[in-house]
Amino acid sequence: MSETQTLKKKDFQSDQEVRWCPGCGDYAILSAVQGVCAELGYSREETVFVSGIGCSSRFPYYMNTYGFHTIHGRAPGFATGIKMANPDLNVWLVTGDGDGMSIGGNHLAHILRRNVNINVLLFNNEVYGLTKGQYSPTSPVGQKTKTSPLGSIDRPFNPINFALGANATFVARTIDTHVKHMSAILKEAAAHEGTSFVEIYQNCVIFNDGCFDDVADRKIRDDMTIDLRPGETLTYGKELDKGLRFNGWGLERCSADEASTWDSTVESTAPSVMMGELANEAEMPRPIGIFRQVNSPVFESETERQIAVAKEAKGEGKLRDLIFQGNTWEVE
Amino acid sequence: MTTTKEPGSDLPLQQQESVVIRFAGDSGDGMQITGNQYATTSAVVGNDLATMPDFPAEIRAPAGTRAGVSGFQLAFSAKDIFTPGDRPDVLIAMNPAALVENIKDLKPDGIVVCNTGNFGDRDLEKAKCDTNPLLDGTLDGFRVIEVDMNQRVKEALAETDLKPKEVQRCKNFYTLGLMYWLFSRPLQPTEDWLKEKFAKKMHLAEANITAMRAGFNAGDIQELFQGRYEVPKCDVLTPGTYRSVMGNEAVAIGLVAGAEAAGLEPFLGSYPITPASTILETLAGMKNYGVKTFQAEDEIAAVCAAIGASYAGDLGITSTSGPGVALKGEALGLAVSIELPLVVVNVQRGGPSTGLPTKTEQADLMQAIFGRNGEAPIPVVACATPADAFDCAMEAVRIATQYMTPVFLLTDGFIANGAEPWRLPEVEDLPKFMKEFRTDSENYQPYSRDENGARPWVKPGTPGLEHRVGGIEKAHLTGNISYDPDNHEFMTNARQEKVMGIANSIPTPEVKGAQSGKLLVLGWGSTYGSIADAVERTNEDEDKVGRIHLRHVWPLPNGLDEIFSRYESILIPEMNLGQLARLLRSEYPQHEFLSYSKVQGQPFRAYEITAKIQELLENKS
Repeated sequence: MSETQTLKKKDFQSDQEVRWCPGCGDYAILSAVQGVCAELGYSREETVFVSGIGCSSRFPYYMNTYGFHTIHGRAPGFATGIKMANPDLNVWLVTGDGDGMSIGGNHLAHILRRNVNINVLLFNNEVYGLTKGQYSPTSPVGQKTKTSPLGSIDRPFNPINFALGANATFVARTIDTHVKHMSAILKEAAAHEGTSFVEIYQNCVIFNDGCFDDVADRKIRDDMTIDLRPGETLTYGKELDKGLRFNGWGLERCSADEASTWDSTVESTAPSVMMGELANEAEMPRPIGIFRQVNSPVFESETERQIAVAKEAKGEGKLRDLIFQGNTWEVE
Repeated sequence: MTTTKEPGSDLPLQQQESVVIRFAGDSGDGMQITGNQYATTSAVVGNDLATMPDFPAEIRAPAGTRAGVSGFQLAFSAKDIFTPGDRPDVLIAMNPAALVENIKDLKPDGIVVCNTGNFGDRDLEKAKCDTNPLLDGTLDGFRVIEVDMNQRVKEALAETDLKPKEVQRCKNFYTLGLMYWLFSRPLQPTEDWLKEKFAKKMHLAEANITAMRAGFNAGDIQELFQGRYEVPKCDVLTPGTYRSVMGNEAVAIGLVAGAEAAGLEPFLGSYPITPASTILETLAGMKNYGVKTFQAEDEIAAVCAAIGASYAGDLGITSTSGPGVALKGEALGLAVSIELPLVVVNVQRGGPSTGLPTKTEQADLMQAIFGRNGEAPIPVVACATPADAFDCAMEAVRIATQYMTPVFLLTDGFIANGAEPWRLPEVEDLPKFMKEFRTDSENYQPYSRDENGARPWVKPGTPGLEHRVGGIEKAHLTGNISYDPDNHEFMTNARQEKVMGIANSIPTPEVKGAQSGKLLVLGWGSTYGSIADAVERTNEDEDKVGRIHLRHVWPLPNGLDEIFSRYESILIPEMNLGQLARLLRSEYPQHEFLSYSKVQGQPFRAYEITAKIQELLENKS
């Protein structure tokens, strides 16, 4: 049975009962991803979803593709092995702020710097959901949870700047409730050659409900966020009447016609890091969209290239030569 | 090699059956290269041999200190030998630290060659010698040969334009030449090696060759020794083509051979760790054989990538030592649970924690068999010698692929860096165990099982067989998430039975020596040589005790109960506190197991085991 004809969104839905809490932001992400797989013309068999541990990491069970639910924080290792063994597969890695930024922070940094051609979706809800509500490495200082009854004293990670710090080649942010934007970003991520990192603001209805309402709520979203559209001006607001511009070592608000043009392809991470830091500034819009998109050699392609070079230089190795190499002698 | 009468050849030439030499010097003195060259040459002239490097964990401890002493022992013989020898016949000491650290092992009446050029006041101080060991009676009872190698090599290379420092770096080849003379070895193999190694710096090759020849000639001209020795060809080796091989190299080649036998591409995910790093280095150099290597950011990512590669249809392998295995534990549990092939090479070293990174031990046996959360059985194969590591690596791949399971391949520092002659197998004589991937979607169930209890292996990319796996308990057949109590028990038993069933695919090990009686000596891993040597010595006149070696440590082979019942007791020498003995006591409570343990970071000497056997035999009579 080969799947040559284009599949529909429902073809990517598995027969497993989805077990996220009703109202969880994960549903919208799942739906968007299934839709994007269909739009990209993916086949089921060439697609693999890999995850670690946490609410988000149940994702592979709900995709009617190949899926691998691994161990906490380590999905990047598995994904790297999968891509090195078979570079033709479409590999998506689903992780969360705990899985990806805390226990798996090391591995995430390394897959980003290596530039393995996969897509990383980091569901950020600023809380540990599956273990029932402890603060996470993205929880803001002062957040009261079961393990921080007087408020978290941990300075949080900013996932965008974490990824940029690891020299990631594609870095973007989107919002679970902003389905159109999310689908567009996912498609851009899939098209990128190298590791694509997408932070998705995802609401946890049980343990951190409304954590992104100050920027992501539909009613205020247009005024509180700015979509980074490569090659376009940095304008935002319902009427696109507001703007941002670079001024010296910082960004400032301005009118739409004074806005800078956003270039996500500059080699330096400096402008994207400055954009990433706007997350900490209350008076500024929160950037979503594409922070960075640069070309760099893809890890598994380089691996294949070196094998080809070695075969070219030394000839295709034969097992007998390997066994009989070096100083040999005969015993009669 | 040559027909011309060599100068000084009127010196008496004596036949020796076996010789043990130990080269000892500073970490920077090149003792490992010297020892390996001596081993290669001895192999080429047809001796059986075994080697044992002994070096410090520090790359360059301060020069001349005891902490910086690096040693290399080798035994070469006209007969079949099992070990690098108990005590050296000849010790080469390049400085006072090397002398005082090693002299206690030298045989009474043994030869000690000292480089007097390094016995000045400053050298004695660095070695913390209050008195000069050349003068204070330390060397009484030994045949002492004093050579100022620093001066001799300076004279030999006076004509070159090498800097004084570079000249002194050729000293080890002077030593090598001298020892080649003493035991009548040819210089040609080392000359060839130098010319190849320094192909782009021919002046260095020539300088080292000059130094070596100077050392060789010094044996004659200066009449340092009273005579020369000759160790004839070993005539009991099985006919065939041989080469010298080190354990880690044999593991690497065996894994490639195993992958080929299974029809798979090998993928190694690894992280550098002593004493396993050379497996990663060796496989990284085999790219033209289609080997993929991934140097991960840590031990965990290394094993996870290997499992990922197996998931995608390669043969996943990870190589490490005990501390790395500790970090990989959770991922190994996942590999058990999702039932994918994986070979985990543990080159054991002294523990716990960082322990003794460059020294040997066998204390990770229980960690390999049981060291995971939950009921997570993993079969264990253990290498006996450097050459045996090739066969064991292939065997580990066979079990991993035929049973869809992670497998531990245990070696240790002694095997990893030791060398011995390897009788090279022809590819067509190697075992074959071609692995088929499932491609038929008809009635496909991810967790159905074949006659081995193994589930089907499906490569992503195969249409119609899309499925999901993970570490959560899976329902029998479908593999879907299941929290059902009865299903969990069923699956736990299914995984256990699959692994224990491997015993049906392995032979009952052969007993050598006495087939019944008072004592059976049982070993696993690198104690093989010392045990074999000790039992052969004990049985010189008549078969008094038996010996048996376990290549498969878990599951244990069938037939052991019957073998054990033929002896009053079973002696188990181990480089740990008795881990296999403890295991066997629980598996075979009806038999008496006597643990003989040694945890000094050093292998057993055969005489230690012989003495233990004697003691037990006397107590029993």
